[in-house]
Amino acid sequence: MKKSFADLMEIRNKTLNRVNLRVDREEGIRIVVGMATCGIAAGARPVLKAFSEEVSKRELQGVTVAQTGCIGMCRLEPIVEVTVPGEEKVTYVHMTPEKAARVVAEHIVNKQPVAEYTIGAAE
Amino acid sequence: MKELSLHILDIVQNSVKAEAKNITVDITEDTKTDTLTIEIADDGCGMTAEFLAKVRDPFTTTRTTRKTGMGISLFEAAAVQTGGGLDITSKPGVGTTLKVWFSLSSIDRAPLGDMAGTMVTIISGAPDIDYIYRHTTGKGEFVFDTREIREVLGDVPFNVPDVLDWIGGYIEEGLAEIN
Repeated sequence: MKKSFADLMEIRNKTLNRVNLRVDREEGIRIVVGMATCGIAAGARPVLKAFSEEVSKRELQGVTVAQTGCIGMCRLEPIVEVTVPGEEKVTYVHMTPEKAARVVAEHIVNKQPVAEYTIGAAE
Repeated sequence: MKELSLHILDIVQNSVKAEAKNITVDITEDTKTDTLTIEIADDGCGMTAEFLAKVRDPFTTTRTTRKTGMGISLFEAAAVQTGGGLDITSKPGVGTTLKVWFSLSSIDRAPLGDMAGTMVTIISGAPDIDYIYRHTTGKGEFVFDTREIREVLGDVPFNVPDVLDWIGGYIEEGLAEIN
């Protein structure tokens, strides 16, 4: 079915009803994807898309997917940093859309970082 | 970069950094002249003539953490290998326009790739900027303008997953009609 502005209006109304539930956004979990020249060339765009889709498919609340510039270790791109409040930041390297799905399931949902994808395992 | 749309994603970040309020991406595929043209224009801070003169050099950048900035030089190389080229005009306080042209039929021309994905990524990364994406082929013209979307959305931000999904789908459908 063709996407219309009427559909967009419907999304808007649905979102307005939900928006009050999201006051704790600032303290939520952050997934940050490196999106500079190096990241983009290494495949960061589909990785970002996979994280966004996975978070929205599971209807996770309080999880923000964001972008940043070059993190400084271009050979390890695509790099993704996951920050869970109260815990140490976890840096994932050489990410793919498939790995992104696993990180959401194990780290974001079940609170168990995927050790084999981290920078510690790669170095 | 495997797709020209990835170069566009990369170059638009320069406009975002330049604090543009409006960014236009204009793509024209002309089979008669065998040319693919990509023009990215912004109303950001612009560049001085001195910086403009060396901006294609991969060892030129405004960032202070490292000495390299590859985006423009990679885009230029992708164009030159098809017999095309890259041109930049800029004025401090007015903005910057970058124009790149390719031989449409050249075997060395990377495919345009996922423009819907590129636009969604750009918009989600800097949702307060207004974007126009205009794409022209022999079959017609598709225009995507975030000001129209903003009018419908009102107070709802672009960064809502359902909104971004809608934008991606809308662009994909629009492009399918002119391809």
